Amino acid sequence: MTDVAPAANPAPDVALALHPAARDLMRRHRLRWWEALPWIVALGAYFAFPDYLGFGAELLVAILFALSLDLALGYAGIITLGHAAFFGTGAYTVGMLAFHDIWTEPITSLLLAALAAGVIGFLSGLVLLRTKGLTLLMLTLCTMALLQEGANMAHDYTGGFDGLPNLTIAPVFGVFEFNPLYADTQYLYSLGVLLVCFVFVRTLIYSPFGQSLTGIRENILRMHAVGSPVRRRLVICYTISAAIAGIAGGLWAQTNAYVNLSALDLDRAATVLIILILGGYGRLYGAFIGAVAYLALEHFLARVYPTAWQLGLGLLLVAIALFARNGILGLGDVLWRRFGPRHTAS
Amino acid sequence: MSETRLETQGLSRQFGALRAVRGIDFKLDAGARHALIGPNGAGKTTFINLLTGVLPPSQGRVLLSGRDITDTAQAERVKLGIARTFQINRLFRGLSVLENVCIAVAERVGAAASMFYPAGWRTDIIDESMGLLKTLRLDDVARHRVSELPYGRQRLVELAITIGLKPEVLLLDEPAAGVPSAESHIILDAIERLPQDIAVLIIEHDMDVVFRFAKRVTVMVSGAVFAEGTPKEIETNEQVRAVYLGQATQRAADA
Repeated sequence: MTDVAPAANPAPDVALALHPAARDLMRRHRLRWWEALPWIVALGAYFAFPDYLGFGAELLVAILFALSLDLALGYAGIITLGHAAFFGTGAYTVGMLAFHDIWTEPITSLLLAALAAGVIGFLSGLVLLRTKGLTLLMLTLCTMALLQEGANMAHDYTGGFDGLPNLTIAPVFGVFEFNPLYADTQYLYSLGVLLVCFVFVRTLIYSPFGQSLTGIRENILRMHAVGSPVRRRLVICYTISAAIAGIAGGLWAQTNAYVNLSALDLDRAATVLIILILGGYGRLYGAFIGAVAYLALEHFLARVYPTAWQLGLGLLLVAIALFARNGILGLGDVLWRRFGPRHTAS
Repeated sequence: MSETRLETQGLSRQFGALRAVRGIDFKLDAGARHALIGPNGAGKTTFINLLTGVLPPSQGRVLLSGRDITDTAQAERVKLGIARTFQINRLFRGLSVLENVCIAVAERVGAAASMFYPAGWRTDIIDESMGLLKTLRLDDVARHRVSELPYGRQRLVELAITIGLKPEVLLLDEPAAGVPSAESHIILDAIERLPQDIAVLIIEHDMDVVFRFAKRVTVMVSGAVFAEGTPKEIETNEQVRAVYLGQATQRAADA
């Protein structure tokens, strides 16, 4: 079907559905062979680098967090600088449940983390998403600051500035224990959670709902004018994004066995934004590429130049902003278009 | 035939001290081909914004087929059958031409809230959108990004999106504005081929277009209806000539 050029015989009525543009849309959601690569690499790394599994789990959490942000920022165009609010909500949900011996089963804990973060996302979204631009940015920042200060003051529940150390998490499926010295369970568990969330986000992105989010990002006024309930869509998207960020936070708490105020920090919110910009936003795999690039760079630069490693990162970001607006993946696109195999139709 | 689709009663809008639209009583029948003309700043676009719910009126009412929709939100009005094009293109510039139309059609058929199946499975939506592009002779660029098209064809996409909403009332805000005259006939042809029962209101500056297209003409000056009638009556109306048509030639002479 793909090999013969359709330009030669436009039998109009039959060809309607086979128009290349229509075919593109009908097939866009299909899995491509390279989509297996990240998971193969992740599994390969499990066997290849047994000493780095703790770092690997951290990386997987960062990918999941960036993926949640991509849904809100990359797809729906919600400009937020406060996404750590939901990461932190998830982390503290898991942390408080475990620390106070209320609930330690890991998977249901994550679901509760998603629920808590989703509720915060929904309630704040109802108010925040009436605004846009800088106002929205500041309000997301304020939400996060309020939560952080709340966590700081509610010392009896959250441990305040000291956080909640030495969390005990029950074994996954009642079998696989979290070993603080050897992070194999943490790694595979995080990988599993990431996979489930990724499949969910991927389904969402290619659904009609995801298409309408893209429409909102591209031109919100036009979306109003085609009869789309824009604000409702945005609130739903923001809630889902918050819930996934909550899962990322809960996962972070479980794999590290502690929670502290850094979960709600501006630093964390900025980092995830950088990761997404670095990798390329509005495209599922930007979160993967960005997180790998960022953490690898941090690792490498911090070793070479421990006191000023952020300088190197800053320079890289400037370069990305100037020359590769759509991040590393966007750069790959440009190169592919220029040097890759030619398409049959223009 | 003469069933009233859209009606306004004493519709007004103020911006501070400026009375942009003042007390307009207006009727648009099913199948109408109605032109709205007037000098710049007469309040034509504000009037459209009041009809579509982009702006709330200061006073007055808007009725759609007899039902009061004054307090109905913009998106709801679209569902009830009022669609518009914009004076300046408002398109999904980064998406393909086909996707632009698909998004509109998906909203109309109520698919756009579905989360758990791929949009590509809705071949009905894609087929309908593709068919619409064919009638507007846009199928050859269906795969192109909108931002890659020349402006004239972008205007056609603007029209395609609106037609994809299957409106009962269609408001066209200078559909051929900014289009080179060599291409504007494509747009006008497309407008003439619209289904007969749609009520169409068109804002236009080009008098040739108005007299070719419209069966009735309303002249707005300073936010109020100055005159209304058949194109012939308007053309021969001395006051209109003085206030508007004369002014247009005056401006052309100044330029």
